[in-house]
Amino acid sequence: METNLFWDQFTRSFAIVKKNIRIYYSKGPVIIFGLLVPFFLFLSFYIGRSMPVEALIPGLLGMTAFFTATSVGPAIVPWEARAKTLERLISSPVSIWTIFLGDVLSSFLFGALVSMFPIIVGFSIGVQIVNPLILGFGVVLATFCFASFSILLSAYPPTDTPASVMMLSSMIKFPLVFISGIFIPIEELPAWGRTISSISPLTYFTDLARYSISGKGYYPIEVDLIVLAVFTIAFLVSAIKIHERTMQKRL
Amino acid sequence: MAVDHINFNVKKGELFGFLGPNAAGKTTTIRMLTGVIKPDDGAASVFGYGILREGLKTRQLMGIVPEMANAYVDLSAWNNLMLVGELYGVPKSLRRERATRLLKEFGLYERRSHLVKGYSRGMKQKLLLCMALINGPQILFLDEPTSGLDVESQRLIRDMIRDFNKNGVTVFLTTHNMDEANQLCDRIAIINHGKIAAIDSPEKLRLRSSGLQSIEVSFDKGVDIEELAKFHGVNEAKKMGDKIRLYVDEPSAVIDKLLDFSRSKNLRIISLNTLAPTLEDVFLKLVKEG
Repeated sequence: METNLFWDQFTRSFAIVKKNIRIYYSKGPVIIFGLLVPFFLFLSFYIGRSMPVEALIPGLLGMTAFFTATSVGPAIVPWEARAKTLERLISSPVSIWTIFLGDVLSSFLFGALVSMFPIIVGFSIGVQIVNPLILGFGVVLATFCFASFSILLSAYPPTDTPASVMMLSSMIKFPLVFISGIFIPIEELPAWGRTISSISPLTYFTDLARYSISGKGYYPIEVDLIVLAVFTIAFLVSAIKIHERTMQKRL
Repeated sequence: MAVDHINFNVKKGELFGFLGPNAAGKTTTIRMLTGVIKPDDGAASVFGYGILREGLKTRQLMGIVPEMANAYVDLSAWNNLMLVGELYGVPKSLRRERATRLLKEFGLYERRSHLVKGYSRGMKQKLLLCMALINGPQILFLDEPTSGLDVESQRLIRDMIRDFNKNGVTVFLTTHNMDEANQLCDRIAIINHGKIAAIDSPEKLRLRSSGLQSIEVSFDKGVDIEELAKFHGVNEAKKMGDKIRLYVDEPSAVIDKLLDFSRSKNLRIISLNTLAPTLEDVFLKLVKEG
């Protein structure tokens, strides 16, 4: 019975996914923060520097996965609270975790699909991938982790203004990009920099991507995978718990 | 406190009205029953399932038209219906069949693929009703379903509500429209300041309200309303256009006095009617007392 209920709720979360894809993928803030910002950030970093392509692709991949997978999630709940559609979702026979699983899955799909772009670019210019399976698994795990992080970003404060959440999430996301070994490899950071970078989930994905492409990483690959999995669970559980507590204030 | 220890039962198949002034606690009650907000205390069950412990089961049986909620304006009417159908676990072929039937019944079928942002208020309200019915609910919660609509849309929605109820669907309707409650409901609860002031059928509510019967009289010349107000048995006198309405306990005794009064003042009575209290009179009296 419990298994049936779980499965039933899991399948209903796909209704939320479809709705989110139809409504939010084309929203202005999602396009701006999910596609344009990482693209121009990368260009500003790349142009004028002579770096080997193998060194660039992991950073581009990390930044793309991070920005795209975190661009949809923060917008959904405030948007729905403002549009007065959140009450309809809450009053339907789906649990809070079903709603947020749907939100995470739609963010994940957006991140995973757009992350194919730097991998295809890498292939097309002759970049060899030493560990394609680990890279594939890492992209899936990391984008799910970032998607879970994205719904945590909209959990508090319980506002119904999407612009406020996008602004707040940018204030958290940008510093993370600079401390996560995207622009400067972790091993080249000073000791305090390495300590700070270890608190960012993006650090472990960038490290995993470097390992998959060049065969060399700063952390053992097992550490990258385990830490990403732990971050995913922590983000998902805390996001759902906080949203449960703050939901009444949004209605 | 929006709602304070209210207690009521709605019978299966009943069309139950929940009436009250603004901020009386109507929407809070409906939001608690539909699982949107959690009550601080107390219990409620729908078809035997507790709303807190078995929220998913109770919500599965409900169709809801919330007062504050919207359809997704960036989706078409069709996609809104498919979304709600999926959220209720309605199989694909059945939800397509129901969506087609409902959209045709409510006159929205031709515009089913248009985005809802282009719909009028009346069309959106009809769509909300379609969304509430896509799962074939056993109970419908309707929070001010005709509020702000034109007369034609109001009539269509009321007719639809009657039809669903005739087909066995229990209806829980909140409204502040007396006429609507009077026309539609088997029983009515009047809520004020978060407390139930009365529950009964519309007719019984009217009959049990003493002091609300009235006599409406008009004379060929103007009279001093204060003189009439002093008659024994008259609770209140009000000028209503060219008529005077006297609220009385016993109409026949006051009519005799009015006849004597007209003769003594050499006045001619143009019209004289006794009026039963309207539901609005009862409502206002209960609200005033509350």
